[in-house]
Amino acid sequence: MTATAPHGLAEPHGVTEEQAQTHSHAHGEEVPPASARPKLAVWKFASCDGCQLSLLNCEDELLSIAEAVHIAYFPEATRAVVEGPYALSLVEGSITTPDDVRRIHEIRAQSGVLVTIGACATAGGIQALRNWADVDEYRSVVYAHPEYLRTLDTSTPIASHVDVDYELRGCPVDKKQLIEVLAAFLNGRKPRIPTYSVCVECKLKGNVCVPVATGQPCLGPVTQAGCGALCPSYGRGCYGCFGPQDSANTESLTRQLVELGMPADDIVRVYRTFNAGAPAFAAASDAVAADARDRAAQERGPE
Amino acid sequence: MGDIRILQPSGLDSLIGVLHERGYRVVGPTLRGDAIVTGEIRAASDLPQGVGDLQDAKTYRLHERGDQAYFGFAAPAQSSKPVFFPAEEVVWRGRRDHDNDGHFTVERDAVDEPPVALLGVRSCDLRAVQIHDQVLAGRSHIDAHYVGRRDGTFVVAVACSDPAASCFCASMGTGPRPAENDPQTGAPSYDLLLTEVLADGDHRFILEVGTDRGADVVAALAASGAPVTRGTDADQADAIAVTDAAAALQTRVVDTAHVHDVLRASAESPRWEDVASRCLACTNCTLVCPTCFCTTVQDVSDLTGDSAERHRVWDSCFSESFSYIHGGPTRESTKARYRQWITHKLSSWEDQFGMLGCVGCGRCITWCPAGIDITEEAAALGRMSGLATPAATT
Amino acid sequence: MSTAAAETRIAGADDPMVPRRYAITRVRQDTRDTFTLLLDPVDGDPLTFKAGQFTMLHAFGVGEVPISISGDPRNPAPLEHTIRNVGAVTRALVNAHPGTEIGVRGPFGTSWDAADAAGHDVVFVTGGIGLAPLRPAILDVLAERDRYGKVLLLYGSRTPDDILYGDEMRRWADLNDVNVQMTVDNAPYGYQGKVGFVTELITRAGFDPRRAWAFVCGPEVMMRSAASALAGRGLPAHRIRLSMERSMKCGIGLCGHCQLRDLFICVDGPVLDYARLEPLMNVREL
Repeated sequence: MTATAPHGLAEPHGVTEEQAQTHSHAHGEEVPPASARPKLAVWKFASCDGCQLSLLNCEDELLSIAEAVHIAYFPEATRAVVEGPYALSLVEGSITTPDDVRRIHEIRAQSGVLVTIGACATAGGIQALRNWADVDEYRSVVYAHPEYLRTLDTSTPIASHVDVDYELRGCPVDKKQLIEVLAAFLNGRKPRIPTYSVCVECKLKGNVCVPVATGQPCLGPVTQAGCGALCPSYGRGCYGCFGPQDSANTESLTRQLVELGMPADDIVRVYRTFNAGAPAFAAASDAVAADARDRAAQERGPE
Repeated sequence: MGDIRILQPSGLDSLIGVLHERGYRVVGPTLRGDAIVTGEIRAASDLPQGVGDLQDAKTYRLHERGDQAYFGFAAPAQSSKPVFFPAEEVVWRGRRDHDNDGHFTVERDAVDEPPVALLGVRSCDLRAVQIHDQVLAGRSHIDAHYVGRRDGTFVVAVACSDPAASCFCASMGTGPRPAENDPQTGAPSYDLLLTEVLADGDHRFILEVGTDRGADVVAALAASGAPVTRGTDADQADAIAVTDAAAALQTRVVDTAHVHDVLRASAESPRWEDVASRCLACTNCTLVCPTCFCTTVQDVSDLTGDSAERHRVWDSCFSESFSYIHGGPTRESTKARYRQWITHKLSSWEDQFGMLGCVGCGRCITWCPAGIDITEEAAALGRMSGLATPAATT
Repeated sequence: MSTAAAETRIAGADDPMVPRRYAITRVRQDTRDTFTLLLDPVDGDPLTFKAGQFTMLHAFGVGEVPISISGDPRNPAPLEHTIRNVGAVTRALVNAHPGTEIGVRGPFGTSWDAADAAGHDVVFVTGGIGLAPLRPAILDVLAERDRYGKVLLLYGSRTPDDILYGDEMRRWADLNDVNVQMTVDNAPYGYQGKVGFVTELITRAGFDPRRAWAFVCGPEVMMRSAASALAGRGLPAHRIRLSMERSMKCGIGLCGHCQLRDLFICVDGPVLDYARLEPLMNVREL
């Protein structure tokens, strides 16, 4: 996958034959020594740590995971640091500082398979709202000594900087998808990470369509599956935590949201949450904002 | 068979009871949250009595009817499709012995479930079951799990009295009164057919017997002391009046005489761009369609990879991954995917199976969050192709 | 239908959805990224098949892919598949060491039925790994070489290094009176052979279009232009056969993935005649 194609799947690259051999041998009755297991590293950039915690929340599977891989770097869980290269890197968080840019290239160079986890790493996160703001102004208002601060004007996904093998969407990521990506990695197969809409998950579960049956706004038709249709299963519209699906038609959905009575400001806001920086959602919010501006200008009339 | 009975509404529980006694799992319309869905029926109280629905493009709302009707609504949110063809099932389970050259064993997952009695299935959905029989069990290769679940089904059909604005079964020739026999196989369509009559404060079911099995159930009903009496030709006329009125209420139409050729001629129609600007590619139409049968397989393994399962899961021609081969999807654009779907339903299905793949239940219209209407798209294509009759109306 | 009838239809070892176990006897590297797998059944008789048919190959715990059989229909053991290493499943298959068990479903689909061309000239047009699904048909023809007129094999490859079955093609030319013509898309400096697309060979190839049959296999764009060039030389569409590729999950016409208008490519194809395919191939994204 190239940095300009942030969605969809690609074959992992950079796994050497030795690494492939290593994980195909990581089975059997007894736990192989750490040196025989593929090294796993978990990295953090601008984020809340929630996605890393999802890994620690895999309580039932955590022991089997620890037996199958050698957790070499995972500051949220252990202080031990084992040097690279790493067979598998999980990367949380977005790129917001010049130092982040340097560090992610180093990580990529040391990683066989690199998987980004969560909305920050895959779309820039909620902090990508800065992409629409004047960062210099924030800096001067918030910090007593802004001159000590080194930050970028934007919050960008990992795939804007280095090649990414797989993306796990969500705020936070889904535990089952996380285990799936590990199982797939260990068995040399492609993880089952659907890129279709949340609607598919609703229908597979037997959920009744929330916007059609209740008139509530729902981002499900433009949002990628993966959460198990969490909100619609409780009768709420989808909030879009998993970012745009592979064929998102936000223009059509925006028209539906307008018809359901949602004011333009709110529509801009629903597209600009955890995945504000995802290109399809960013463009959709910009279109609604521009349309609202034009309308307001027309209402004011010629000066 | 012309065997007419009258069943009082108080006798519905006895009917359900007789079906349970005979070992059937009874499945029918029931209320869940904001919709009528297809689910388990333990007693008549599980039926959505007194509830009606309003359905139109991208709208579904329930309301109190103000009467005691048990079946006073149109198509439930989902048809009986998942009863015989669940959204996900295990095809086989395998184990691998890692130290022994990857020696593995695979066991076919078998269906071991009691036979189903469909209670209150309407003619559109019943026709859809017959279509699935042809697609999944009527060709050289069959879906073993479908056959296993479908085998021995008892059908208590309901003649539809309250079509929704999205319905068009009359135009498709699939309802509102079910055909006595499957037009392809000639087999009886139902064991029993109920028509609910509410006129003049005289709430009753006119019960028509379609098979010997159905007659046995009626005999058992009578023997149990349930309120079943003999009916007359006048009662059957009342039943037919109910469905005639229901047919007359329908306004949506497909020009079935021309639609096959219209779609065949429309591969390059500019209409596809237009519909793609509205289509969300969300897959809802296909996943509520009672005849859509596309599935994918998913190979699931544990962390060690020594235990694996193959799952069969509903899929949709509206998802990009559906047509993926090495190098990319063959149907990359939404317009190509919509064209595939409607062309399959209303044209190539006939070439494949000798019937259209649409039963006029209207679910794809109701449950499309963008309100795309298959009848409107077919009519527009007809106009643009110049092949349709100028005024295709009821 | 009755329960008993249903059980007879679904029971037994021949269930097309359940993979049969085969052991890899040898993995032969053909080119940089292409390998041939030789397989023997773990138990039971070897698979018999017709030229052009495919199987679903299953790497345990990884997944399944449709692959055309590339072996000799008259000598079906061991079972041969030529595979390009392009994804997770194919990687697992070509990296497996001899003795490893894999799953096989099939054979599925239609045949080249090359014998229909008996008494006529035969033109095989192919590119890259497209030669693999065509090889069984070529072997069928060569087994009864004297029943056919001229036999031509027009083969295109990306580079000289990607040429598949190079030694075998030379043997066919030397021993079986096959007119083998090769071309490459890109060649290193100093390459002696032809450079260009395989369709360019069609215009000058020496066969009698009034009495020839053509069998074409390759990427869809290549097949489209090859079939059109053959038709342009006067070959009627019903004497041009192509092998189509579509997404396939079941192999038995149930999953719906491989549909091309009214065709289920897995059962109505993969081999189909150009008369049937031409109107479908000319519509984009059908």
